[in-house]
Amino acid sequence: MSDPMAEIRASFFIECEELLESLQDSLELMDSGEADDETVNVMFRAVHSIKGGAGAFGLDELVAFAHKFETVMDMVRNGDLTPDHELVKLFFVCGDKLSDLVRQARDGEEYDPTQYADTLAKLDALIGEDESDEEEIDFQPAALSLELGGEGEGTAPGLPDLPGLPPLGGDDGADADAAAASQEPVLHIRFTPETALYASGNEPLYLFRAVRDLGDLTVRCIEDKLPPLEALDPEKAFLSWELTLLSGEGEAAVREAFDFVDGLCELTVTEQTAAGGDSQPDPVETAAPSTGSPDKSGADTSAELPTPAAPSGTRAAPIDTAEPAEKPAAPPADKKAGKPQAKSAGSKSTGAKKSAAATPRATVRVDLDRIDRLVNLVGEIVINQAMLSQSVEEAGLPPNSPVRTGLDEFLQLTRDIQESVMMIRAQPVKSLFQRMARIVREASAAVGKEVRLITEGENTEIDKTVIERLADPLTHMIRNAVDHGLESAEERLAVGKCAEGIITLNASHRSGRVVIEISDDGAGINRERVHQIAIDKGLIDPDLQLSDSDIDNLLFLPGFSTASEVSNLSGRGVGMDVVRSAIQALGGRISIASTAGKGTTFSISLPLTLAVLDGMIVRVAGETLVVPLNVIQETLALGPDDIRPFGPDTHVVNIRNTFVPLLDLGAELGYREPLVDYANSVILLIAQDDGERAAVVVDSIEDQRQVVIKGLQDSYGHVPGIAAATILGDGQIALILDPLDLISEASGCTRPQSSSELTAG
Amino acid sequence: MGIQVLAVDDSRTMRDMLRLALTGAGIETHLAEDGVHGLEVLEEIDRPDAIITDINMPRMDGFGFIEAVRAREETRTIPILVLSTESAAELKARAREGGATGWIVKPFDPEKLVKALNMVTG
Amino acid sequence: MTEELNETAAPVEVEEKELLSFLVSGQDYSVDIMSVREIRSGASATSLPHSPDYVRGVINLRGTVLPIIDLAKRLGMEADLDESRNVIIVVAVEDRTFGLMVDAVSDILSIPEHEMQTPPEMRADVEHNFVSALTIVKDRMIRVLDLNAVMPPSREEAA
Repeated sequence: MSDPMAEIRASFFIECEELLESLQDSLELMDSGEADDETVNVMFRAVHSIKGGAGAFGLDELVAFAHKFETVMDMVRNGDLTPDHELVKLFFVCGDKLSDLVRQARDGEEYDPTQYADTLAKLDALIGEDESDEEEIDFQPAALSLELGGEGEGTAPGLPDLPGLPPLGGDDGADADAAAASQEPVLHIRFTPETALYASGNEPLYLFRAVRDLGDLTVRCIEDKLPPLEALDPEKAFLSWELTLLSGEGEAAVREAFDFVDGLCELTVTEQTAAGGDSQPDPVETAAPSTGSPDKSGADTSAELPTPAAPSGTRAAPIDTAEPAEKPAAPPADKKAGKPQAKSAGSKSTGAKKSAAATPRATVRVDLDRIDRLVNLVGEIVINQAMLSQSVEEAGLPPNSPVRTGLDEFLQLTRDIQESVMMIRAQPVKSLFQRMARIVREASAAVGKEVRLITEGENTEIDKTVIERLADPLTHMIRNAVDHGLESAEERLAVGKCAEGIITLNASHRSGRVVIEISDDGAGINRERVHQIAIDKGLIDPDLQLSDSDIDNLLFLPGFSTASEVSNLSGRGVGMDVVRSAIQALGGRISIASTAGKGTTFSISLPLTLAVLDGMIVRVAGETLVVPLNVIQETLALGPDDIRPFGPDTHVVNIRNTFVPLLDLGAELGYREPLVDYANSVILLIAQDDGERAAVVVDSIEDQRQVVIKGLQDSYGHVPGIAAATILGDGQIALILDPLDLISEASGCTRPQSSSELTAG
Repeated sequence: MGIQVLAVDDSRTMRDMLRLALTGAGIETHLAEDGVHGLEVLEEIDRPDAIITDINMPRMDGFGFIEAVRAREETRTIPILVLSTESAAELKARAREGGATGWIVKPFDPEKLVKALNMVTG
Repeated sequence: MTEELNETAAPVEVEEKELLSFLVSGQDYSVDIMSVREIRSGASATSLPHSPDYVRGVINLRGTVLPIIDLAKRLGMEADLDESRNVIIVVAVEDRTFGLMVDAVSDILSIPEHEMQTPPEMRADVEHNFVSALTIVKDRMIRVLDLNAVMPPSREEAA
């Protein structure tokens, strides 16, 4: 990332995300009828900024699309179009397409015109032929053009384009060419500024300097219009200048130098060869449109001109020495006079100088890697501190000694730092919710249902990685809700509901976790049907008595799909079981609640961060492991009567009259053979979200504390039953258990004789 | 080139690019994100040698900003270059009426931008 | 960064490759020195369940989790029983970093490119897959390891 342009490009795409987000917000306001004048301005500016940046990076397709979109929005802004339901709908689609284009540009994907043809055609239809033609020209990889007065692309009425005149007028062309070979041509320039020229911040001196860059320049000031001092209005322009330039650059180059002041002055440029002073062509004049009576002074001018034949001899007033003469005559453009004024304007001016970069708002963009490094380092401090505490304790210092109390305070501070650092990674769920809004639009259009998405708690913050990894499961659940959750409009009307279905997406903080709920106001889960399907597919025992909640949870079984034929929406071979594993991989839980006729709610509960975890430190077969606290329902010591043999290789544990399978952690992880006797073992009762439980045998429980999560995935790969690793106070690595993975992969073998199956997992 | 410029644009990308282009040319660059912010920055810094401003901005657009700069005694002679994706003649005319010094169409070529700055600041 | 510098800095008369050579079960092996991050003494590793036998486990390398490969086992040879003498060479391949457990580090060698030989095809040896080149220094055959091959196969299903 050392290339600054690459950095800006990357930050442009980040900005695009923000702009698209504000576009989306505005569209939603518009859709709900709460838009005001500023709403459309905000939308316009968002698209406009995307266009501007895209232009800078040569993203032509993006520019073209944004421009059309912007043009239509401008029509709304000007009142030429009314943002009715249809138009807002089109805008939503445009927003989606725009975000596709941004993503494609960012990821360097191929542009597929067919994806945009429809939308572009609709925009074109609104814009009408003429405008869309004009803009094509306007936004050709627009090279820079410096202009005022707008002669630019020939769109300016009444302003002459700069004529591409040959260096010499008329029949003198041949002579000039010959002369140019030996000696530089001479250009005579007559320049008479209007008052407006000074008012626009232009300064003749600088213009002359620009001209001087073209060749040898001699300047003469003509003061004949200057009134006597007592009659002088310092705000008015009275002076004109004659410039003689020795240059091969030609007239066009001279006119370019005067480009900004075109229309604010009278300017004549005439060219002759130094050798052929005899042929004085007609002055080419660009008359200012605002000047009612252009002063036809061309003839006088040439008369007053010094003989240009011998350049070195006639350098009467080289531009530098001409400076003092001009200064007093150019009234307002005096920089040196302005400076002290500005200084005295505010006493803070000197101090404020250091805020030179004047960064807007107090935000800083930071590379995510840097934050992760910081998170890691803070993790190191936590670990080091634990080691230090241990040594201090071992050194036998009394608990209230200054060292111990100091260390305790230090510990508290570190915890605070750690929390603050974690918060840096947190982001509002808003961007995620907006993506879901699009899913709802597309999904509802695909199945022909009218659906409204209501989002609540968009500003709830959660770890960035969690947000990213929630997108897929949420997408699936939203599609499900549209496809299966909501009834058809007819069905809804028949039961007295509004034809438009409502899906609610809600995020909130609840006791140190983030809870995201996806609710629909549909018919609720058809439990009879779900039960039957599960039986038909052989997923459950037909005789099993199931509670409503048991039946609801059948949806999470692998291989379950309620749609009789796989719908092209929520189908794709992904079931709720995949959703659940994705949520669990984030340390989250998912649950389901449904009321017949009222709708269904899925609740996802997630940890605030993926960086730390509250864990129980346990020992098994000489290894130290960490078990996430959130899955441990209780810990118990078993008496001999609590364990019952189940199959030939397995045991179950009787916990308050329910039987839970026994898992030997040491054996499941391949550390050792299953034990002969589990009496008096320590048991962790681990519960899954679906209510399934397991009694996991460990040798001892050591501690309960927060640990810093270190990924194994990147350095090594997935290890069955293991979620990640952490570093303990003694610097040793301990593995963090993934209890749910462990349970689903478990052999369940708790008898030594059939050890051959142990490693099969 | 030892001059100081205030650049006003609501797009962060554009501000980044301007900073890169200008500081790369040795120009001390101050940035502001809209007209109102631009006026605030003008209060804080020494009188800049030139101002570059966008037109489409929230709170106070480029036209308003130019007028405000021209209306203030201590800033009214500062050259102002408009940097905009727009190139419509009526917008340019309006900017000039308000007192803009020059108009540059985005996307800009850093070299030419610096050249234009040179031209209006000397 | 260093790789870039090195490549551009060599104004080349002879293309030379720098190798770090070391001993594994008494045999000479080497790796491209550009992939070596550091050399450290062995530390007791935390074993990974369900991992291949040549994966010794993971150690704490200044706060990151570093997988350790027992090179002798990986190459199908007898492991040195005296583990206390082991040395870990930390190497980086693409975006992965891991430690190679070897008996001892011997030398840093500069080998002209033309003195590198392609290893013969010998299907009977498992080892052949791990060696990308051979060279001879002072009558000793040095094998250059293909680090990509040495790494545990895939990220996903390591077991």
